[in-house]
Amino acid sequence: MGMTHIVDRRLNGKNKSAVNRERFLRRYRHHIKKAVADAVHRRSITDIERGEKVSIPARDTDEPIFHHGQGGKREVVHPGNKEFVAGDELPKPEGGGGQGQGQGQASPDGEGMDEFAFQITQEEFLEFLFDDLELPNLARKKLKDTEAFKYVRSGFSTQGVPARLDVVRSLRGAHARRLGLGGARKKKIREMERQLEALKSAPADLDAAFSHEDQIKAMEEEIAELKANVRKIPFIDEIDLRYRQHLKQPQPATSAVMFCLMDVSGSMTQMHKDIAKRFFILLYLFLKKSYKKIDVVFIRHHTSAKEVDEEEFFYSRETGGTIVSSALKLMQKIIESRYSPAEWNIYAAQASDGDNWNDDSPVCGKLLADSILPLVQYYAYVEITPQDHQMLWYEYERLQEQFPQSFALQQIADPGEIYPVFRQLFERKAA
Amino acid sequence: MTNLMDRSFQDRPGGEDTPTSAERQKPISTSSEWTFELIQQYDDEIAKCAAEFGLDTYPNQVEVISAEQMMDAYSSVGMPVGYHHWSFGKQFLSTSKGYQRGQMGLAYEIVINSNPCIAYLMEENTLPMQALVIAHASYGHNSFFKGNYLFRTWTDASAIIDYLVFARDYVAECEERHGLDAVEQILDSCHALMNYGVDRYKRPSPISAAEEARRQKDREEYQQRRLNDLWRTIPKPGEDDDPIKRKQRFPEEPQENILYFIEKNAPLLETWQREIIRIVRKLAQYFYPQRQTQVMNEGWATFWHYTLLHRMYDKGLVNDGFMLEFLQSHSAVVYQPPFDSPWYSGINPYTLGYSIFTDLRRICENPTAEDREWFPDIAGSDWLETLHFAMKNFKDESFIQQFLSPKVMRDMKFFAIQNDDLEDVYRVTAIHDDPGYRALREKLARQYNLSYREPNIQVWNVDVRGDRSLTLRHVPVDRVPLGDATEEVLRHVHRLWGFDVHLESVDNGTVIGESHCPPRESKED
Repeated sequence: MGMTHIVDRRLNGKNKSAVNRERFLRRYRHHIKKAVADAVHRRSITDIERGEKVSIPARDTDEPIFHHGQGGKREVVHPGNKEFVAGDELPKPEGGGGQGQGQGQASPDGEGMDEFAFQITQEEFLEFLFDDLELPNLARKKLKDTEAFKYVRSGFSTQGVPARLDVVRSLRGAHARRLGLGGARKKKIREMERQLEALKSAPADLDAAFSHEDQIKAMEEEIAELKANVRKIPFIDEIDLRYRQHLKQPQPATSAVMFCLMDVSGSMTQMHKDIAKRFFILLYLFLKKSYKKIDVVFIRHHTSAKEVDEEEFFYSRETGGTIVSSALKLMQKIIESRYSPAEWNIYAAQASDGDNWNDDSPVCGKLLADSILPLVQYYAYVEITPQDHQMLWYEYERLQEQFPQSFALQQIADPGEIYPVFRQLFERKAA
Repeated sequence: MTNLMDRSFQDRPGGEDTPTSAERQKPISTSSEWTFELIQQYDDEIAKCAAEFGLDTYPNQVEVISAEQMMDAYSSVGMPVGYHHWSFGKQFLSTSKGYQRGQMGLAYEIVINSNPCIAYLMEENTLPMQALVIAHASYGHNSFFKGNYLFRTWTDASAIIDYLVFARDYVAECEERHGLDAVEQILDSCHALMNYGVDRYKRPSPISAAEEARRQKDREEYQQRRLNDLWRTIPKPGEDDDPIKRKQRFPEEPQENILYFIEKNAPLLETWQREIIRIVRKLAQYFYPQRQTQVMNEGWATFWHYTLLHRMYDKGLVNDGFMLEFLQSHSAVVYQPPFDSPWYSGINPYTLGYSIFTDLRRICENPTAEDREWFPDIAGSDWLETLHFAMKNFKDESFIQQFLSPKVMRDMKFFAIQNDDLEDVYRVTAIHDDPGYRALREKLARQYNLSYREPNIQVWNVDVRGDRSLTLRHVPVDRVPLGDATEEVLRHVHRLWGFDVHLESVDNGTVIGESHCPPRESKED
């Protein structure tokens, strides 16, 4: 008695299991990645940033041990007998082999018993979504090749262009120099002038031999010489000049603009558009993780192009032919007017069923090569079609050889391929 | 449910323990909010009652924790410290999911077989629940840990915490040196064989962290020497032709502790890998008594929380409101759904153990003619002495065999069903009636025999002079074959052993089944 020790442990850390939980996620990362990829198919763009329920086949998470299998002769004691007496025979259920206990196979919430289900957080969701991915050139853009610079003041230098001359500082320097060079002489001048004055005002000596005349004359000469010397000190000299110094400091780009280009001509069905949409969602999310600010520009086109909002982009219906270059031209114009490549990281994703007016495809190639690809970080083209390629694809293939770093194209035949293709396009490039 | 509660009130032990009115005290508290002072007061009083009944315990340490902490404790099999492994993370995920959705409540308590005996109380519990848990864990389980022969023989309560810390640190160090994956693989394989990492008959040396650390170095050298001796394989000329030498098996006698055998004899394991096997083996050994005494241990603790709190009630230390709440929890704990209920998941060990201990007391105090016939030595004896004797000297299997009374079989309406794959029907082989009692008791006892519940698999032979393959031998009971995880487990054995592994099922000297890792087909084709 009195030996009991009562301790309040509530303030001790919880989450002692965090490491074990992390170990579990690590072990099943392949399963989880797949679940995350599936989730991306299901979700809408506004709904993408939350956690996810992941189910893993229970078999895969089982820890195997030696145990008895079905078969042989077995006896089990159960409680709750109602009407059985010794010697009763009960028919085995059809299919045999069962233990005959009628245990339900499904849990109340519809989860199968053969699934191990758990929840991952939003952060983990995105981590898995973007695992191993990196937008091409991203690191480079961020760290080294930044094209935007900001000039910052960093003191003064003695060399520079007249435009950067700092007048006040230069004159102050000149003044100091003048004081420094002339000060001692001026002091001497003042001293001698006082003595001279004293001599002049002294009563003249009757004896000419003691006259001050010579002395005064000599002093006056010396003072004149000193004054001439002082006058020779320049008011401002080259060494007084001070220029404002500026250092070029790289300015990391924290904003990106994402151009979504989509063919909405008659040949694009809603299914095509859905696939394109998911692809754009992925790109958007990916950029969101990397940049503070992202603008999204939606350009849709058939024979002519138009900048629209998201709703119209994905869901309004159009008919007609296809001229892809109209969209490219519009994109170029928007870049020029609103998104200077010096300040913006420009990404573009174009989705199409590959259909284009044949004469237009070379125009697209030239437009991209000459005026768009040099400006953008990355341009991805996805062709959503199970069919053979047309002119546009071959034109773009040539582009890819020319711009392997900033241009890529892939084909998607059904929704299941979106994520793999996305990954392929943005796979981490070997550094 | 109501029925059970009423009965509890009626069954309240009366007689010699009923206090006189002078003895009656004021209730300790009337609110159900707990405070540390109140817990202390309750514990003091419960301790007094426990002493009246002669419960001998380790000193107690009661720790109040939050629900999250309880889930943490859950997922590491209740160990306050443990090495890291994904399987504990899996446990945690499923516990927290079930708890958050309200599908399952957390256990009211977790108690650790250590000295001092550590019991966790959840802060969410009401005061009556805290009192129940203290009585159940800190006096019930605690006295069982200290008194039962299996625990006395196989575990060292004063060393376990230090050993767990040692194990955790050692595994962490290995992870640092050899990588997470390498350590995880070894642990996976050890866990697969954990049930085959215990000595069933031989008393193990006690575990001690300091001793382990000190001996580690010696062991390293010694082990290497030993292994070298075993695997010195350059055959002497003519040796292979010696038919006696070739016939001799290694080990000479079959070995039941497969992990031990691998730790000592696997040719290719590195020292740290052997140490990890050793750690898992030691933990398996530590848990071994618990696996064999679940019915007894829970039954004992439940019997005592019931008895101790009623004693408190008799003394006037708790009021009717307290008892109502307590009895509601108690009856939930000992509820046994019948076999045809959707909630049925086997025999509830709390119910069975509690029923046997309660009935044992009845047999001592109020024996019937039937009791005198079935339990001539016990009927009418001193109940406290008899219960302590039962607690100290048995494990589930022998406890049931010895003490399960016809009355308990009737109350629980036990019946036995035989499922023989050679027959088209299930057969009811015994029920709770005169011709059935003995057979029923026997069958139920066997159900708790670990070596019946788990397949009998032992190390049979190592081809020391040949391909170094390891052969395990399985002896089936009643033709029951091995389950479908067998191949998977063999892969783990193979990983540890490093050479081919064979498993043969042998019935009456004939091999009736074989598994191999790597699988045989590929070799023969």
